[in-house]
Amino acid sequence: MTETPFKGKVVKTSVRKKDSMALSQGMPLYVADLDIKPLIAKVLRSPHAHAKIISIDAGEAEALEGVHCVLTHKNTPRNFHTTAGQGFPEPSPYDSVVLDNKVRFVGDRVAAVAADTKEIALQALKLIKVEYEVLDAVFDPEKARDPDAPQIHDEEEAHMPIPVFYEKGSNHVSHTDFAFGDIDKELENSDYTFERRYDTQYAQHTPIEPHVCMAYFDDQDYNIDQESGPRVTVRTSTQVPFHARRITAQALGIKEKNIRVIKPRIGGAFGTKQEVLLEQLTTLLALRSKKPVLLEFTRKEEFISSRTRHPYTVWLRSGVMKDGKITAIELKVLSNTGAYGSHGLTVMSNAGSKSLPLYHMNAVGFIGDTVYTNLPVPGAYRGYGATQACYGMEVLISEMAEKIGMDPAEFRQINHIQEGEGSPVFKALGEGTEGVEQTIKSCKLDDCIEQGMAEIDWKNKRSKPGDDPVKKRGLGMAMLMQGSAIPKIDMASAYAKMNDDGSFNLQVGAADLGTGSDTVIAQIFAEVLDIKADDVIVYSSDTDLTPFDVGAYASSTTYLSGYAAKLTAEKIKKQILQVGAKMLETDIGELYLEDKKVCQHNGGSLTFSQVCKFALYAEDQFQIQATASHVSDESPPPFAAHFAEVEVDTETGLVKVIKYVAAVDCGTPINPKLAEGQTEGAVMNGISYALTEEYIFNDKGKMLNPSFNDYRIFSMADMPEMKTILVESYEPTGPFGAKSVSEISINGPMPAIANAIYDAVGVRLYKAPFTPERVLNALKENK
Amino acid sequence: MELNVTINGEDREFFVDPGMLLLDFLRSEGYLGVKNGCSEGTCGSCTVLVDDKPLKSCIMFVGQVQNKKVLTIEGLGTPEKPHPLQDEFVEEGAVQCGFCIPGMILSANALLITNPDPTEEEIKEGLDGNLCRCTGYVKQIKAVKNAAKRMREEN
Ligand code: FES
Ligand code: FES
Repeated sequence: MTETPFKGKVVKTSVRKKDSMALSQGMPLYVADLDIKPLIAKVLRSPHAHAKIISIDAGEAEALEGVHCVLTHKNTPRNFHTTAGQGFPEPSPYDSVVLDNKVRFVGDRVAAVAADTKEIALQALKLIKVEYEVLDAVFDPEKARDPDAPQIHDEEEAHMPIPVFYEKGSNHVSHTDFAFGDIDKELENSDYTFERRYDTQYAQHTPIEPHVCMAYFDDQDYNIDQESGPRVTVRTSTQVPFHARRITAQALGIKEKNIRVIKPRIGGAFGTKQEVLLEQLTTLLALRSKKPVLLEFTRKEEFISSRTRHPYTVWLRSGVMKDGKITAIELKVLSNTGAYGSHGLTVMSNAGSKSLPLYHMNAVGFIGDTVYTNLPVPGAYRGYGATQACYGMEVLISEMAEKIGMDPAEFRQINHIQEGEGSPVFKALGEGTEGVEQTIKSCKLDDCIEQGMAEIDWKNKRSKPGDDPVKKRGLGMAMLMQGSAIPKIDMASAYAKMNDDGSFNLQVGAADLGTGSDTVIAQIFAEVLDIKADDVIVYSSDTDLTPFDVGAYASSTTYLSGYAAKLTAEKIKKQILQVGAKMLETDIGELYLEDKKVCQHNGGSLTFSQVCKFALYAEDQFQIQATASHVSDESPPPFAAHFAEVEVDTETGLVKVIKYVAAVDCGTPINPKLAEGQTEGAVMNGISYALTEEYIFNDKGKMLNPSFNDYRIFSMADMPEMKTILVESYEPTGPFGAKSVSEISINGPMPAIANAIYDAVGVRLYKAPFTPERVLNALKENK
Repeated sequence: MELNVTINGEDREFFVDPGMLLLDFLRSEGYLGVKNGCSEGTCGSCTVLVDDKPLKSCIMFVGQVQNKKVLTIEGLGTPEKPHPLQDEFVEEGAVQCGFCIPGMILSANALLITNPDPTEEEIKEGLDGNLCRCTGYVKQIKAVKNAAKRMREEN
């Protein structure tokens, strides 16, 4: 089954990321850097967690000098849609309108203003008179389904666009369950059984560039006949340009042809920009005022009213035999989707589909529920539900190993999924509906575990808390999987043409969020044609000029968009060989490509430039060009083994990560440095999530720490020694053997650190993050 | 007020509202490498050097740079002749989304002006005010080390 690692000329080299020099020069490439003087938009936000808007009067605001447009629910279209930037029809409820007559969390939007300056816009917001009828609110997800709980979406129109569970008249957004085998019976017959509960917190992506969107009128936008209505260009920090265009059109009741979405360089995303949040308002403000409009979230808005990670409560039941055999695991999840159901169903399903297939067991079950509460709105976040589930799962796995007296690394080694195997979970859990059956074709978990153990010195350092009476050391590990794209649903496409000098324009719908996907895709394209990545000019993410791509989510870009680029290059290769054969008066079979040349086995050769010029100017003229689309039949998981070494201060409760090792099987790393970078960034975010990041709410549902002062993300000084090991495998369904790498490693730190804390001080932490206070409390309880 | 300031080595004169934020002023004058990530002095993406010291321009008034030397990323190198820090950040793969990078490189530059051979701890301390959410900092530390070495060798 195992194929040898791929050897490439361009693939598997760390070529420089194409945009990185320009970015390090500070060139004006982001949304807000456009050389236009736009109106500034500001949004009025709800002070209440749940309220009806009885009346709203924007008269004074509109009359203020310098104000060009004020939007409220009274003058905006009421088209129900989801803000989740997913494929159509989205597996998320249509429960949002541009502006509503009801607010559902503190920070929900009430009105929007576009004015000459920021100051005027802010002043105008103050002049808008809103009368609220405050309603009871529900903040506790465990109480959200109570019969007397306040109904958050009582509006007629809210519905699910696909035929799945969505309970009208309750806050119950979604439900999924399945079971294979008899869980109760397996547990009864187990040597040891476990029942545990784990809680994870509200946390935010915090891209350093907050959400930003500019709507303006480009020359091209006037090249449209009058009947079609005005056309607007929307330059936005999005992961999903094509979904953004579709959903903006839907929300505003206009046509896609009236909108062009461009994603320029964007300042990080991590899932929060897989959401169509600013585009509706900005586009409408521009259309109404007939002027360019810029809407930038402040850091505070980014916290309270963009998107967050879904907080979970996870209940696990499991059983194990003394010899290390896992009898059964049942994973039950309650996911809090806040005031709107964006990604509520799919994030919850992912909890099972990206954790349960990792292990062999006799019986397996999943029960997932998602509920509304009057709290900020979660959405897609790197890891996408696997992160939260993985915490409980991987802590439990270590606990089971401990119970039978087995090294947790060995316990994982004897129980993990292998190449050639499948899991019933793959078929049972998909994107809200059924999944796709698949057999694992590449899995180097054993190597990940072995190399990771060696790097962290597992054998010598584990369970040796040390002699220091206060500071104790410990090691912990976790094993992970994710997916690569959404099978049979996600589509990517590419287009390329050849230029006189033998270079290529490659247009892809894929969205480079800073990950380097433009470079990675160019490397894949270049590998097929035996040219340099430099010979490929990539243009991406423009709904007017690039072919469709679902966008950057579900760890899909390298695997899926990269494959579309590979198919495109293969078609181009054929054309080049055909022209070359004609020019050299030989058969295609006599020819091959090397170093940007068409070569003959007997020694003759033509440069790509000669070939292109012949095609363009000489004989049977045509443009050497091609396009290809790709949908994957499966979603091969990348795998990883993570190891943490921590030091726990038993007096203060402070946990310090000393060293972190991530050994990752991402198939062929197309660009090793970029793959490492994805891993390092994900690990860092995961450590910060495990130790410090957490929303604090008051009893009225207001977030109290919407600033980097009080919501601490890791800075350079917080950093442990970090080691990434790329363990290569070859995934036959991926481009040159590649799988995904961007999400998986955010899932490891929380369980690996929890397990390391246990190794150091003997307490298990069931609630994240592991703040000094929680650790101290756990230590006290343990005494 | 009349503002006399040297920006990226060029003596300039402006007529400004002294209460304008330095960040807004610099961006409105076309120094768009100065990024706004928080407006509250906590992320470092608006960092510029004022008389060689890294300061957060989002919490400074433009009046505070009267008769001073301001360096923004635009003054540090060109694509043809990048500053060693820029070159090493690129080479190491330390630039992902890039939004933190101008501030990060300017802080690193300030560090290397006073300390041409910093230890890893000193680098971490010197760049601690610059948050990056993409990279995990590993490659950035390496890039600063490499650049410092190159600059020492070139001098
Ligand atoms: S924008 Fe100045 S520190 Fe964040
Ligand atoms: S590279 Fe994106 S924030 Fe640093």
